[in-house]
Amino acid sequence: MKIILRSSAVLFSVLLMSCGGKEEKKKDGFSLDRAKSKTEQPVAKTENKSTVKASETIDLTNKGVGPIKSVTLGAEIDTDLAKQGEEVYKQMCMACHRVGKKFIGPAPNGILERRTPEWVMNMILNPDGMVKEDPLAKELLQEFNGSPMANQGLTEDQARAVVEYFRTL
Amino acid sequence: MRKYSFIALAALGFAALLNSCAKGEKSASSGALASNAAEKVYVKPGTHDDFYAFVSGGFSGQLSVYGLPSGRLFKVIPVFSQDPEKAYGYNEETKPMLNTSHGFIPWDDAHHPDISQTNGELDGRFVFINGNNTPRIAKIDLTTFETTEIIEIPNSAGNHSSSFVTENTEYVVAGTRFSVPVPQRDMPINEYKGNFKGALSFLSVDPEDGRMDIKFQLMMPGFDYDLSHPGRGKSHGWFFFTTYNTEEANSLLEVNASQNDKDFIAAVNWKVIEEYVNNGGGTKMPANYAHNVYDEHTHSATSTMKKEVLVVDPLKVPGAVYFLPTPKSPHGCDVDPSGEYIIGNGKLSADLTVHSFTKMLDAIEKKKFDGEAYGIPILKFEDVLAGTVNSGGLGPLHTEFDGKGNAYTTFFISSEVVKWKLETWEVVDRQPCYYSVGHLMIPGGNSRKPFGKYVMAMNKITKDRYLPTGPEVTQSAQLYDISGEKMELLLDFPTIGEPHYAAGIPADIVKKNSKKIFKLSENKHPHATLNDSEVRIERNGKEVHIYMTMIRSHFNPDNIEGVKVGDKVYFHVTNLEQDYDVPHGISMIGAQTSELLIMPGQTETFVWEPKQVGVWPFYCPDFCSALHQEMQGYVRVSPADSDIELSGTLGE
Repeated sequence: MKIILRSSAVLFSVLLMSCGGKEEKKKDGFSLDRAKSKTEQPVAKTENKSTVKASETIDLTNKGVGPIKSVTLGAEIDTDLAKQGEEVYKQMCMACHRVGKKFIGPAPNGILERRTPEWVMNMILNPDGMVKEDPLAKELLQEFNGSPMANQGLTEDQARAVVEYFRTL
Repeated sequence: MRKYSFIALAALGFAALLNSCAKGEKSASSGALASNAAEKVYVKPGTHDDFYAFVSGGFSGQLSVYGLPSGRLFKVIPVFSQDPEKAYGYNEETKPMLNTSHGFIPWDDAHHPDISQTNGELDGRFVFINGNNTPRIAKIDLTTFETTEIIEIPNSAGNHSSSFVTENTEYVVAGTRFSVPVPQRDMPINEYKGNFKGALSFLSVDPEDGRMDIKFQLMMPGFDYDLSHPGRGKSHGWFFFTTYNTEEANSLLEVNASQNDKDFIAAVNWKVIEEYVNNGGGTKMPANYAHNVYDEHTHSATSTMKKEVLVVDPLKVPGAVYFLPTPKSPHGCDVDPSGEYIIGNGKLSADLTVHSFTKMLDAIEKKKFDGEAYGIPILKFEDVLAGTVNSGGLGPLHTEFDGKGNAYTTFFISSEVVKWKLETWEVVDRQPCYYSVGHLMIPGGNSRKPFGKYVMAMNKITKDRYLPTGPEVTQSAQLYDISGEKMELLLDFPTIGEPHYAAGIPADIVKKNSKKIFKLSENKHPHATLNDSEVRIERNGKEVHIYMTMIRSHFNPDNIEGVKVGDKVYFHVTNLEQDYDVPHGISMIGAQTSELLIMPGQTETFVWEPKQVGVWPFYCPDFCSALHQEMQGYVRVSPADSDIELSGTLGE
């Protein structure tokens, strides 16, 4: 395990060097075996039975904590609503959530395969409450380095539109 | 074992002794401060005060916001002085606020805050305050608690008898202290007498948006105009100004301006002058003064130089101005809630002079004049006098009212607040001030509807009242409970700068309107970056414009390259947060300016002119989240002839 890690570090630094161009390339920093697998995971294991990350956990029953108790998604995606949602998303969410890529927070792709729409909307509308009271939201905060989900003051309608946009991703 | 129990016993006995001692001391000292004073000013953690007090900062140039009765300081609102904490006067958006006909003036002496009124009652929309030194009037918006307008006053100097509002905020008034040549010109100082003029400016306030404009300037004789207050109720439509130096001395005023036994209170009928002006009266005179307006939607101020002012000669408007003789260089000029009584606080006297508005109208009607000064009729002292308060104090300065028939006057020399009764003029109570009190304030105490629960005295000298801090020690405010027969001293608290005057208002009128965030959807700043897809860096010759965003807890971009020595780099930074109380800041090593502190949804700009090659960091100076310390970035600065491409990245 240790050997594999070390050699991948070397490979990584070679890779870095090859795309460095004219930039300074002498110092690639130092490598230190501090992968989470060695120190943190065993502790985590004793606390949680599952090793699945919070961002990958599938929970389609939990509605979360907040103002949204029930949402019904139409059989078909409402494209107008999704378009509105995309506008809101660009304005209010993109600073931390990028489509197709883990950024400050998780990517929204496929979120409705893992969470109920109520949970998603409550996370948008009541992030402070969710982080305190919802177990998955709590774990997510840890998984994403303690970076808090910001309350961007969306209306319920705007949050609903964002959910519709997420269905298109 | 026995030894131990003996010691324990002894300790117990000693404790009992101590206890009884403490009790004795307490009862001995309760004469100075009633025992429940602490309870009366105690505002439980997490709960709100009953009143806002807006306290002028004097030579700090600012306005501080306290809670009463606790005396807790909430905010210092920058008005006439630069404030690096809030980047006021440092960032590109607010620099124009401090523009004047003399150029950028980063300081002033802020004196008399007054809250806007509707029907003679506090409405809590705006606070107005005067800049004394380079004459200006500022307006603070009480939804944002920010200075949103400053207008310079031409033909004026030592803008002291300001900035008091009329009953419906029709006007905010700015009277000159110094008389000066109008227009300014090169002339011998000792030709002052008869040549200098005293301008009393009436600034109209737009009922819709509160925009100020100098409606007219009344060109009065060359006296010093000290303080003023509007008529209210029956005397609405009049304004009263105290004068001193009616001797028109130009040197050693300490002696030469105290020769006359009586100076005047000038009674100005502004309704008559308004009508005259509306009918085309007055003369347009060339002038040069700045009008600075901050727009909440562009988050930016603009400064416009105005070139003309309308001047009114009081002799051309019949019935516009009368002089009320008032003894001993009157300072404060205060009008009771009914509008009937005009109090002149003769600062070199022991007594207060109270004029009657009804008697004044009667004397005017019957033309009972006692001569004239530069053509302005002087009424007979005895004909307008309502009464005299034989105070027994020395050096009366200012008076406010509790709405229950009582008046409260400060005495500077004898250092006390004196309570007396309107109409009987009898003194009913007096309490010492620590020390040398100037103004006092009862919330709404200069309106038709005072909230007579507390009076706050503002002291010039504190000497031994607080822990010493070198030769310069704090000035202070003192809070008295005035709900009972006797005034009761409750609290002393230090103030920012010199508290010349304050305006108080029940918190409920104001707090519900206090804004929480600026909406991104309403941000019309020309350099706003409203979402991350608009983040960019542009070069225009040697100017580099960085359109940056911030949210917990990163900047976008946070790695910037292609900046060169000799560039002028503009950071236009938008806070994308939309949650209450999540400001972010930005500070750049070596930038010759302050940090920015940007509220949610707001955009601000600072300029950095890098002088050295290197990789220079910037960071957020406001603790914004658990990852605040990670909120940082770098700018690579290359030599002037470098061809490194301009780029900004985040997480790449």
